[in-house]
Amino acid sequence: MARQLKPISGALGAVAGSFVVAAVLLAFVGIGLRAKVTSGLGPAEWQAIRFTVVQAALSALISVVFAVPLARALARRQMPFRQGLVTLLGAPFILPVIVAVLGLLAVFGRNGWVNTGLEALGLPAVSIYGLHGVVLAHVFFNLPLASRLLLQGWQSIPAERFRLAAQLDLPPRMVFRSLEAPMLWRILPGAAMLIFVICLTSFAVALTLGGGPRATTIELAIYQAFRFDFDLAKAAWLSVIQLVLVGTAALIALWIIPQIPLSGGMDRMVKRWDARGGLQRLGDGVMIVAGASFLLLPLLSVTLSGLSGITQVPASVWQSALVSLWVAALSVCVLLLLALPLSGWITTRPRGSAEAIGLLGLSASPLMIGTGWFILINPVADPVSLSLPVTAVVNAMMALPFALRILVPALRDALDSHGRLCLTLGLQGWNAWRWVLLPRALPQIGFAVGLTGALSIGDLGVIALFADPDRTTLPLQMYRLMGAYQTEAAAGAALILLAMALAIFWVCDKGGRWYAQA
Amino acid sequence: MLKLEGVRIQQGSFSLTADLAVEKGRKVAVIGPSGAGKSTLLGAVGGFVDVVAGRVACGGQDITDARPGARPVAMLFQDNNLFPHLSIRQNVGLGLRSNLRLSARDAQQVQAAIARVGLDGMEERRPAALSGGQQSRAALARVLVQDKPLLLLDEPFAALGPALRAEMLALVGDLVAETGATLLMVTHAPEDVARIADDVIFVDAGRADAPVLAAALMANPPPALRAYLG
Repeated sequence: MARQLKPISGALGAVAGSFVVAAVLLAFVGIGLRAKVTSGLGPAEWQAIRFTVVQAALSALISVVFAVPLARALARRQMPFRQGLVTLLGAPFILPVIVAVLGLLAVFGRNGWVNTGLEALGLPAVSIYGLHGVVLAHVFFNLPLASRLLLQGWQSIPAERFRLAAQLDLPPRMVFRSLEAPMLWRILPGAAMLIFVICLTSFAVALTLGGGPRATTIELAIYQAFRFDFDLAKAAWLSVIQLVLVGTAALIALWIIPQIPLSGGMDRMVKRWDARGGLQRLGDGVMIVAGASFLLLPLLSVTLSGLSGITQVPASVWQSALVSLWVAALSVCVLLLLALPLSGWITTRPRGSAEAIGLLGLSASPLMIGTGWFILINPVADPVSLSLPVTAVVNAMMALPFALRILVPALRDALDSHGRLCLTLGLQGWNAWRWVLLPRALPQIGFAVGLTGALSIGDLGVIALFADPDRTTLPLQMYRLMGAYQTEAAAGAALILLAMALAIFWVCDKGGRWYAQA
Repeated sequence: MLKLEGVRIQQGSFSLTADLAVEKGRKVAVIGPSGAGKSTLLGAVGGFVDVVAGRVACGGQDITDARPGARPVAMLFQDNNLFPHLSIRQNVGLGLRSNLRLSARDAQQVQAAIARVGLDGMEERRPAALSGGQQSRAALARVLVQDKPLLLLDEPFAALGPALRAEMLALVGDLVAETGATLLMVTHAPEDVARIADDVIFVDAGRADAPVLAAALMANPPPALRAYLG
């Protein structure tokens, strides 16, 4: 008679979990209704599969290869702005993809800073479109993620080991072999796999920098089948291919992906006695400057050109900014309705189980879910009129895995410390949430809400499928301005979008922490 | 008042049996070596530890399977007796209404309890702004408004210094005398037994003995207790 001694029950969480599963399953049903297996794998499909896998593999490889020296430099050098730089590594997570793409275009594009420099030196220009550009943008987003994972790995090496190495006066090569290499072997495969999976489903980057038969990902092919040909059967069939590909990769990844460090704990410095040589100092310095420039220059250019373009933005940009704000707010509400009961449910179960439900949203790609729902909605209602709510729900589901990873540990802590007291006072269900769990987890709730809001406001994914010509979100509006060569207006829109994403994140994150202290 | 009839607790290879009764209004110390199961015994009464056999009754009511909040029991743990994010007033108020919707009369009662333990004027502070002794007083104020016939203390004052602990025990003694509650408290210190306890339950070798008059027992301890007291 093992009674479940928890002040909260998992009933609502099970409902929320079923909703997520049902939402994904419904998309499968929609796809299944239209997909014709007879269409088989033509040369175009094979081309898309090959490109998707190749760009994802290259992006993962390059990201981790450069992340190793960058993370090592950050782990062993004490310097001004180090904390700022580590924080900056978290920024791409909430950075709207289309804004980053605009910044990368300004630096690496045809008339960008790099090509201008190359031209001055009499060297041939590099093109940012196609495979180069897609990989470059993916590295821009994932090099920081890989660096954070590795930095965490470096910090997991106990300080005593470095003291021991100093005691034994081990040369740098031996320090690397005995302390750092084992950690790298532990973390690198998982980090690379995680980035590989993320890049498999990336859409906005391929939309803006890819295209053409040689540089089309499956996700982009779904979009093209949808928007250009309105061939639902083809879109559905491509979705099946995408599902098999990403599902397989995600299943493999599930076993080796390391914990994603989402916040905190990165400011600790381990005192090091090795790596004092001039060459190593120089190498670390170069790595840090290069890494910081790679991340900062595109953002700087977005800010500069945005400031000059902001006067040029048409009224439609401000309208879509409002629409985006509305979508983000709705997304946050949906997320809280799903994530709070779900994390409560997960908390009442044995460690480790049930989190898989959150990952379901991630391995099912947004365009795939969008395609499935479109097929189901189409005969019943006008999908375009539902574009905003659908976008908000899909965005919430994409943010769900991250939100669960943030919320569950906080709720576990609260229950471990105060569960007994709740029980003897008879604080149960809503009262336990209201007076104990929510207040205790407020900083984490603020963080999750900020993350979701920022991800949602910057999302250019499923909205592109359902797009309403008149009412649309800011990222899509910005993409349209770019497509119409209204460069200045697009730059202004990019600055607005960047400011909104950062502001939402900052306000929610700080707000949660401030309120918890007050 | 409290009856444990043929109770057996099993936690892995650890087991504890208890067959005893405590009369109403008595102040009972639970003593015994570390790991003997003192806290486990209190946990079984409070509803946090399952009993595999036997029956727990309180005031004639079978509470063997009742959830902790539904038992006629107030309990203080070794730590985490207050919610750190709530004010003292809210912490005490939760003992009265678990939704914290306090009527004017409730609020008055909360105020009176806070005043009774000597925390007048500190109602709006959070626990972190109080000293260790004041935090214990706040927890006792909540026990007061909970107004349960049985009070369980699982060494809530263990972190306090000797003088402060004596002060808290004196306060506990006064409070249970006023409310007529029965007290069951775990302790390590023989001087605590002398100071407050009427009876002693000795827990050792997987068994909780029936309560014995404290003065008589401490004057002439049986061999096992003598070995523990040293």
